[in-house]
Amino acid sequence: MALNSVCYGVRQTLVSLLRNLWLALASSAMIAISLMVLGAFLLAAVNAGQFMRVIESTVEVNVFLKEDADVRGIQQRLLGLGGVEQVTFVSKEQGLQEFQRSMGDKADLLSGFEGENNPLPDSFRVRAESADLVPALAHQISFYAGVDKVLYGEEYVEWLVKITRWVNVICLGAVAVLTVAAVFLIVITIRLSVVARQDEISIMKYLGASNWFVRGPFVLEGMLVGFTGALLAVAVLGAGYYYLVAALWQMTMLFFVQPVIDTAVLTPIMGGLLALGLLMGGVGSLISVRKYLRV
Amino acid sequence: MIQLYNVSKVYDSGIPAVSDISIRIAKGEFVFLVGPSGAGKSTVTRLIFREQLPTTGQVFFRGKNVLRFGQRDILQLRRQIGMVFQDFRLLPRKTVFENVAFALEVIGRSRREIRERVPVALAQVGLQGKEEAFPDQLSGGEQQRVGVARAIVKKPLVILADEPTGNLDPDTSWELMGLFEQINRDGTTVLIATHAWDIVNRMRKRVIALENGRLVRDEEQGSYRHGA
Repeated sequence: MALNSVCYGVRQTLVSLLRNLWLALASSAMIAISLMVLGAFLLAAVNAGQFMRVIESTVEVNVFLKEDADVRGIQQRLLGLGGVEQVTFVSKEQGLQEFQRSMGDKADLLSGFEGENNPLPDSFRVRAESADLVPALAHQISFYAGVDKVLYGEEYVEWLVKITRWVNVICLGAVAVLTVAAVFLIVITIRLSVVARQDEISIMKYLGASNWFVRGPFVLEGMLVGFTGALLAVAVLGAGYYYLVAALWQMTMLFFVQPVIDTAVLTPIMGGLLALGLLMGGVGSLISVRKYLRV
Repeated sequence: MIQLYNVSKVYDSGIPAVSDISIRIAKGEFVFLVGPSGAGKSTVTRLIFREQLPTTGQVFFRGKNVLRFGQRDILQLRRQIGMVFQDFRLLPRKTVFENVAFALEVIGRSRREIRERVPVALAQVGLQGKEEAFPDQLSGGEQQRVGVARAIVKKPLVILADEPTGNLDPDTSWELMGLFEQINRDGTTVLIATHAWDIVNRMRKRVIALENGRLVRDEEQGSYRHGA
């Protein structure tokens, strides 16, 4: 498109925005709210993901061996399994030491079980790549020769897998609904400025204006409205998140909850929100103008 | 310049607007398209402007079949045709100058070109000094002159006017026709759809008469009614 037309389009956009300033601000605010909720969901999802990973990394399968078991051979088979991240051998002596340590000041109750009297078996601690692999792995390992018993936090793992799945579904659903709602708002805003300039549009078509010449200012207007909203959302979210993390830090809650502060994760989220604002504005305007372009 | 071959147009309602019309208009001609309301005059202008497609038949503009036009060709066609409307269709919030400039803006002409050409077009229609007026400050005749200036400012090959005098009194109408005649003398093809029989009779131009969507007469230096 010619430079003249671009200049014309920009001028029209600004005039139109100024004329409907309050409406434009209102829809920017609505988009800001939608994107804020969306962004909050994303941040929550990222943090939940991190939290899950921390928990998952602690989920282990304890493989207890029989007295006469072929330790070497079982270790080889465990390492050869798909989905296994780490295999640690825990000898009966180590097992007892850990047990004593966990008993704290009552550890002396266990004195006399050392050496020949140690009732604990040798064991392997198997860490899976993710929590949902654990049940299947445990089941498989239990059939190995020399394996006495396989234990893992059965209910705990299943609960974790279920929660993860639901959190994902709910987040995706909410994001979809909010996106549709925000686009709908832009459609309404732009439709109002289209209707206000309907005569102009029909005259433009009679004068030989191209479709993009007619559409351009509206699409630009929508994108500007969307971007302003997104900018607002990112500012509020960023500030809110910053203070939340700072507050957690002060409450020394960070030991239990580790929020995501990696900019390599946060920057794409914020950038994505801005891009989404632009995209929603543009798409909304296109939907709005489409009907009025047929001449 | 413009050719219609056996053109028929039936609207979705099932009512035939024009039936089996063939018209040939050469470059530089001045043609009246006459007939009572509903005879199909507007449909013919819409077919030429490719606002509508014929149900059957072919329409040619400068030797090219407009039925085969893509989006880009349609734009080119419309940029070569200046439209003048019965209701003027000026933008009320723009000044006279801006209304005429609009025709150049929408086809992407530079500001410099606009500053050069708009005053020329306004002078041609006799509206010097009214550049800053708004349409509602002008008389009907003056508003239509703005409409004509807007049509000619892009130097079209053809002027298509649909009942241009429909909202004007006889004297003003007559003046407007003088304007069209002058534009035609400069080489622009002019096609005017009208039922202002007195003007048609006085002008002694080519007359194409439609009745109930059929072409009933096509004569050089004709009049509104046969033999009148």
